[in-house]
Amino acid sequence: MRAIVKRANSRNTLVFWLFVGPFAIGLLLFTYVPITWSAYLSMFDARNTVTPTEFVGLANYIDILTDRAFLDSIGTFTVFAAFIVPTTVVLSLALALLVNQVTWARAFFRSVYFLPFACSYVVASLVWKMSLFPGVDSGIANTVLGWFGADPEAWIGTVEPPLYWVVLVTARLWLQLGFYMLLFIAALQRIPTHLYEAAWIDGASTGWQSFRHITLPGLRGALVAVLTLNLINAYQAFDEFYNILGDARGYPPFARPPLVYLYYTSLGSGGQDLGRGSAGAVVLALVIALATLLSGRVFRRPT
Amino acid sequence: MLSRRSFGVVAGLLGLAACGVNTGREGAGGGTVRHWYHAYGEDGVQDAVRRYAAAYPGARVEVQWNPGDYDSKVLTALQTSAVPDVFEAQVKVDWVRQKQVVPLDDLLGDTRDDFVRALLDSQTVDGKLYGVPQAIDTQVLYYRPSLLEKAGVTPPKAVDELIDAAKRLTAGGVRGLFAGNDGGVGVLTAPLLWSAGLDFLSDDGKAPGFDDPRAATVFGKLRELNETLLLGAPTDWSDPGAFVDGLAAMQWTGLWNLPKITAAHGDDVGVLPFPRLDADGAESVPVGAYSAMVNARSADVEAAKAYVKWLWVDKSDYQTEFATAFGAHLPARKSLAATALRDGPGKEVVGFVTSGGRIASPARWSARANTALSDAVSRIARQGADPAGELRAALDVARDEIARLDR
Repeated sequence: MRAIVKRANSRNTLVFWLFVGPFAIGLLLFTYVPITWSAYLSMFDARNTVTPTEFVGLANYIDILTDRAFLDSIGTFTVFAAFIVPTTVVLSLALALLVNQVTWARAFFRSVYFLPFACSYVVASLVWKMSLFPGVDSGIANTVLGWFGADPEAWIGTVEPPLYWVVLVTARLWLQLGFYMLLFIAALQRIPTHLYEAAWIDGASTGWQSFRHITLPGLRGALVAVLTLNLINAYQAFDEFYNILGDARGYPPFARPPLVYLYYTSLGSGGQDLGRGSAGAVVLALVIALATLLSGRVFRRPT
Repeated sequence: MLSRRSFGVVAGLLGLAACGVNTGREGAGGGTVRHWYHAYGEDGVQDAVRRYAAAYPGARVEVQWNPGDYDSKVLTALQTSAVPDVFEAQVKVDWVRQKQVVPLDDLLGDTRDDFVRALLDSQTVDGKLYGVPQAIDTQVLYYRPSLLEKAGVTPPKAVDELIDAAKRLTAGGVRGLFAGNDGGVGVLTAPLLWSAGLDFLSDDGKAPGFDDPRAATVFGKLRELNETLLLGAPTDWSDPGAFVDGLAAMQWTGLWNLPKITAAHGDDVGVLPFPRLDADGAESVPVGAYSAMVNARSADVEAAKAYVKWLWVDKSDYQTEFATAFGAHLPARKSLAATALRDGPGKEVVGFVTSGGRIASPARWSARANTALSDAVSRIARQGADPAGELRAALDVARDEIARLDR
């Protein structure tokens, strides 16, 4: 009997490692090794080499923390996060509530709003840059302006006022809203309907009162998840920014995400300073961890 | 029979195993030289370089054509890989310090004096030559004489005249000047410095070359110019699209676009160097050249060098064809330049290069210094920041970088 249990156990262990093994190896090789290596590189003068020899201690950290361009990008993206996170949460929750309420063709509406999430960021960026918001009169945004008799704008090229944010923010919202909407729909469908029915019998209104006291508390878990994912995403902005504002030669000093700045520093075409780039990556990781912890604390479930 | 579950496991393992097979990094064994080019936009270049490679009698040459961010790819390859053996690039001091490229002085022999001196200097670090220049690229100001005449403007010879011309040519749907979607920051920074008699670096390369109040003045001019620049064009400065489609009356772009531009506008095309700020500055055109270089990690450095010598020193007929047959470039050698671009705007450009050609990316001007300066110029020209303060910050970074190179 014991032998059979033992054999079954070792069989289970084998199956466990067969399934988990490839992922564990992948995670180790492509995530933990690079992170450790990056932390190692951040202590060296590592220009154009991943096997540096000149130890410089914390010099790269001092360098990057006194680097105006890097600090500017962290500052800009803290403001960006403060704007984009609430906007995304409110809009995707509103979409979820609307789509969840339609009784007719619900699957159709759900797919329609989710589809943009399946679109590549690069492709969407090019569409935004070249057909929606180019500076020429024939661009879609400028055509619409023309209907109202307004002059065409350069959009991406206009710095005063910073119209490029219109392009960047609309692209990001279009790409992301559907995904967060889906998370909210899933959470909405887990709120038991009998709670609403009981509340209505007790005289609660079907609108705001039900939303405030039943829907919102029921969504708490989803809200925290969406907020956290969104916050991390905001600091990790890269794709649409790089593809709309940048190119292989460079990126303007405004709306420059920390990752874009670090990309040019450590992997850019001019010269690869992996030491400073790694120091910046470590600093950015700490900033993201801190922001996530803070937001978790604010939204912690009251005990 | 395989159950579905174990089939999945086996398939997964096979998939993993397959990932490890083809690394493509076998080095230049077996007499094969691997040669990388970036993807030239002109039709026919790829066929031509493959034809040259096939004609080489000394070894088998494999040409790889690299679309996309080629420069970053080269940087990454040089750190660890034996491939490519030969590649085109512009030398960086850090490559020499890391011993990633080999000196090529012995390849030139008595042809050394035939190469344009400034080009060789730009590929030289600590007295040694690391790249054999392949062809000269330059940029000029294209304009339509008929549009200038209609607006009552003469071809601008000074920066203020250029600003005035751009203003007066802006009418209807047409903007005065196109110099890139970044407001000219990327391509006009160097010509603006030269127009004021300044440069990125001092003559000996030991100090920044723009520690002068005139730098603030000249970048203030870019601020004025920005009011009439075309921004948000579907293509960028390196493509003739905006000028060909009539979105801008003048465009700063590469000489290489001359065939496409004359095809669109016929005789109605004029070219100018970048004008000077005042009597203390100079008219200029930037010159640059991809040069053939040899990877120090190549499995057979001597074979790679022999191939470079054959293609870029000995085979002058190929060099002429490469520079002039596909889009307009100038040969890197004086004896060949005489045969190229013998009339029209092309001939004028040869004159600009001879009298005012300046190196656009000196080897000692690092990427970090360049980012600091272009950030400053962008803030001055596009956001109206205080020129003096911005340039002081850029100077600090530039000094820091120059000091690092000599540590």
